[in-house]
Formats: sequence, structure tokens, C-alpha cells
Amino acid sequence: MTTGQGTISDPTIPAARRPDAIKAIPVRHPWRWVAAVVVLAFAAAVIYTFATAPGLQWSVVGQFQFYPEILQGVLVTLELTVIAMVIGVVLGVILAVMRLSVNPVVSSVSWFYIWFFRGTPVLVQIFFWFQIGSILPFLHFGIPFTHLVWVGQTNKIITPFLAAILGLGLNEAAYMAEIVRAGIISVDTGQTEAAQALGMARVLVMRRIVLPQAMRVIIPPTGNETISMLKTSSLAYIATVGELFFIQKEISNFNYDIIELVTVASIWYLAMTSVLTFGQFYLERYFARGASRQLPPTPLQRFRRLLFHFHDPPPTGPFEPLPIDTTHLAGHV
Amino acid sequence: MAPPMVLAESVYKCYGRLEVLRGIDLTVAPREVLCIVGPSGSGKSTFLRCINHLEKIDAGRLSVDGQLVGYRERGGKIYELPDREVCRKRAEIGMVFQRFNLFPHMTALENIMEAPMRVKGETQKVVEERGRALLDRVGLADKVDVYPNHLSGGQQQRVAIARALAMQPKLMLFDEPTSALDPELVGEVLDVMRGLAQDGMTMVVVTHEMGFAREVGDSLVFMDGGVIVEAGTPREVLANPQHERTRSFLSKVL
Repeated sequence: MTTGQGTISDPTIPAARRPDAIKAIPVRHPWRWVAAVVVLAFAAAVIYTFATAPGLQWSVVGQFQFYPEILQGVLVTLELTVIAMVIGVVLGVILAVMRLSVNPVVSSVSWFYIWFFRGTPVLVQIFFWFQIGSILPFLHFGIPFTHLVWVGQTNKIITPFLAAILGLGLNEAAYMAEIVRAGIISVDTGQTEAAQALGMARVLVMRRIVLPQAMRVIIPPTGNETISMLKTSSLAYIATVGELFFIQKEISNFNYDIIELVTVASIWYLAMTSVLTFGQFYLERYFARGASRQLPPTPLQRFRRLLFHFHDPPPTGPFEPLPIDTTHLAGHV
Repeated sequence: MAPPMVLAESVYKCYGRLEVLRGIDLTVAPREVLCIVGPSGSGKSTFLRCINHLEKIDAGRLSVDGQLVGYRERGGKIYELPDREVCRKRAEIGMVFQRFNLFPHMTALENIMEAPMRVKGETQKVVEERGRALLDRVGLADKVDVYPNHLSGGQQQRVAIARALAMQPKLMLFDEPTSALDPELVGEVLDVMRGLAQDGMTMVVVTHEMGFAREVGDSLVFMDGGVIVEAGTPREVLANPQHERTRSFLSKVL
């Protein structure tokens, strides 16, 4: 480009020569190392204390960690979590959209639902569904104004598992409704206007334009709710559902190794929430597309950087050393 | 003679106690380019938004292509239009916003294809072809798969124009399309609009670009305080304003 002699010989143009990239000696952070040592020492002390606690038989923990009944309990816990969350999310989205509806009847129904189900303890709600047979021994399902009626015994229809699902799911929906509503409100009103100006109807605007953008705000607390649900599902023990907590309690009722079995359950809960945390990261990353210019590195990418490029500056575009073209400087210096 | 594309007769609009529009009368003929200028808060954007029923008018009559906006008249009575009808009418009017309002979770092409496919039910093949042609027309053929956040303001606004055109509107509304742009990016957007005007699109443009108004506009109205203070050809109004209010406004912006 700079073949013309005139442009190069002008010494007032400084852009021609790019100085070498700065090679500075980085600031040392001795306190970081001190903090790391203190934390590690403390962690080691805590682990040692519990590992060698005289009352805790780790052999029993090891014996029951993969016990078939415990594994069965883990499975039921996962089932409860997944089904209750699906009900919670689906019903929550419906309730949130209802809550924001221009129709006052629809929005009041949603308000009332959230008020009721958020205002009573989940434990009570599960227990209520479990005991509903005592106040309504028979359930009648019929089509109004016809003689088509189907009657069933309540205790046969609402099994303990279903009672727990109803209690957990309907309660979760109330919380999810508020999360989804916050997400919807967070989307710029200009988006709705632009979509409306294109002739898109209300439902279409919500489904195609607003909700996908609201997801960025909805996903993090929903991940939180899922993790919370995994643990809250232990309340299903009140309805005698054979989930993880109930099973470990049943076992320790026989062998009196109470702490050991609670430890077994806790290790499983921690393992499952760890997997969920991992999944949440990738979900957030997916919904950030188009919103941020550079996606955050995956844990694997971070790990690689930690191992192989520990002292490199973080990989941000503009600071990457550019190849310096010195050919046009030949005549100048 | 064809009916006017836009016909406003004593249009009133208020937000609570505040009267934003106080009797707007104007006509836009097919293929005409009308520029609306005026200080902020004069009601020009509100009037624009009334034309595609993003805002409801409170009194007067406003019609597009011979049909009332948002209402139907039968037997001397005015009926509100159901949502579906309002949407169908809006689909025939393109609108470009000051803040672009592109859908950030869709690429440039997806932004353009969304409404023709979902609202008009056109096939993907037809719409994609048209979308690519439109992006080419606004000079962004190489930005087909780029998300809006990776585009400059001027590029975003040109995608927004292409998005509106993809619905094949009979009328285009521009709400200060260059006001949010860096000065050096204004030209590229105005160029696209100029081309559109030359192709015979009917346009109502709220703008502060007096040069554009003078060069491209067929007519110009100056609004202040919710009324039209002065109207005429851009040359007349800009060169020889009759009202004191117009004069003082123009002396500040020209």
C-alpha cells in the first residue's frame, strides 16, 4: 500500500512504526499464595478431623454407598425432581404469561394461584395431597350436563408418588411463574413493538421474540430451582415415597448407623447437584448466543489454559500481538 | 384518483391529561415522501405510531389506503377491530425505529425471514431468496449470518429497513432512523432511504436531517406542541418559513 515515497519519508506520521509489544515483569501477588496455603491447611484439618472421627465408620459408608436400595432411592429422587420441575416450568410459564395478560380475570387467577401456593409450606402441601383421601374418599370425574361420570377411590388414584409430585410441582410452578415474569419484563419493550409493527400477534411475539430473550434471565434462577428441588424432594418422605432420604432413614432404622447413612445420602445429593451445575453452565452459554460478543470459555478450555498457558495474558482479541510489517521502514531507518 | 395513502383529519391523542396531538390534518399521496420535523415532544413520533395503531387515537379520523386505522365503520357506528385484523393491517405497513430494535437472538437473515414466514405464511425458500436479495440491496450481502450485536449502528439500521421491506409493505414509517447513529454512519442509512424513495415507496419520515428532507422529501410538515405549525414543500418551508416558531427551530438545527 505504501509504495509512494512521499508517505514514508514524512517523519510526522508515527503510525508507520509499531513499537515492540510490552514485556513487563508482572506484579507479584504474595498474599494470594499465603491465602492459598491458609485455605488448604484449614481444609486439610477439617477433612482429617472427620476422616478420623471415632464415631464415624467410613467402612459402613462405603458399604452402603452403592447399595441397591440406595441406588433405587437415587433413581426415585431424580424422577421426582425431573417430573416436578417439568410441571413447575410449564405451569410457571403459563402462569407468568397469564399474570401479564391484559385480561383482568386471567391475571387475577394467576395472582391468586401464586399467592396460595407460595404462601404455604411445601411439606404441608405434600402432606395435604397424601391425606386428601381422608377428606374426599371418592373422586368424581364427569362431563357437565351429561351422565358420563367416572368415580374412583382417592387413595387408589393419588398414590404417594403422585401426592409428592403434586405437592412439589404445583408449589414450584408458583416460584417459576415469578422467575419467568421477571424474565419477560426484562426484555426491552422495543422488541415487542418491532414485532407488533411487523404484524405479529401477541402469542407469536411472546413465543418467538420475548421468551427466547427472557431465557437469558430465566435460566440461572431455574438452574438454582432445579438444584433446590433435588434436595426439597427429600420432603416426599412424609408421603412415604421411596426416595433417597426415605430409604436411608429406613435402613438406619434397622442398623442405627444414622450418621453414616446420612453421609451416604449427602454424597449422592452432592454428586447430583454437581452434575446439574455443569449442565446449567452449558445451557446459559447456549442462550447467550447473539447477546455477548465472546462466549465464556468452557471448563475444559479453562483447564487447558491453566495447564499450558498459565502465564499468558487472557485471550482478548485486540491485544493479540500483530505481525509487524517492517518492510516499508527499510528506507526510513 | 387513488385514495390517499394516509389521511388524517383532526387527530387527537392524549396520555391521561396531557394532550400530545391536538388536531392533526394531513394527507400523504401514494409514492409521496413526507418528512415530519419538529422539536422533541412535539408529537411527531406519536403521530407516526398512530398510523400503524401502536397507539390508539382518541378523536378524529385516521385512515391508511382508504381504511380506518384500528376501527371499522358500519352503519354510522365505529367498531374496534379485533387483534387479528389489527395485525393484518400492520403487516402492510413497515416501520423503522430510532433504536433499530433488531431481534438480538436471530441473525440478520433470520431477522428478515421471521415475519414473512410466521405472519404471512410464505415458504422458507421464497423468503430466504427475498431476504438475501434485500440484504444485497442495502449493501450487507456479506452479513447474512451475523448477529445484530456484531454489526455497527448503520448496518443494524439497514438490516432493520430490509426486515421491514421483506413484508412488502405499501407504506414505510421511519421514526428518527438516523438519530441514534454516529455522524459518519448516517449517510449509508440515508442512501438506502433515498433509493427506496426513488423506487416509488410511500414514506413518512420523522427526521432531523434537513438535507435529506430538502433533497428527497416531496412535502414537509413542521410540528410543535401537538399541532402542525407549517406545511408545504421542503424547499418552501426550509428556505422561507412563515411562522416565527418554525424560524426559531430551523435557525437552531440548520
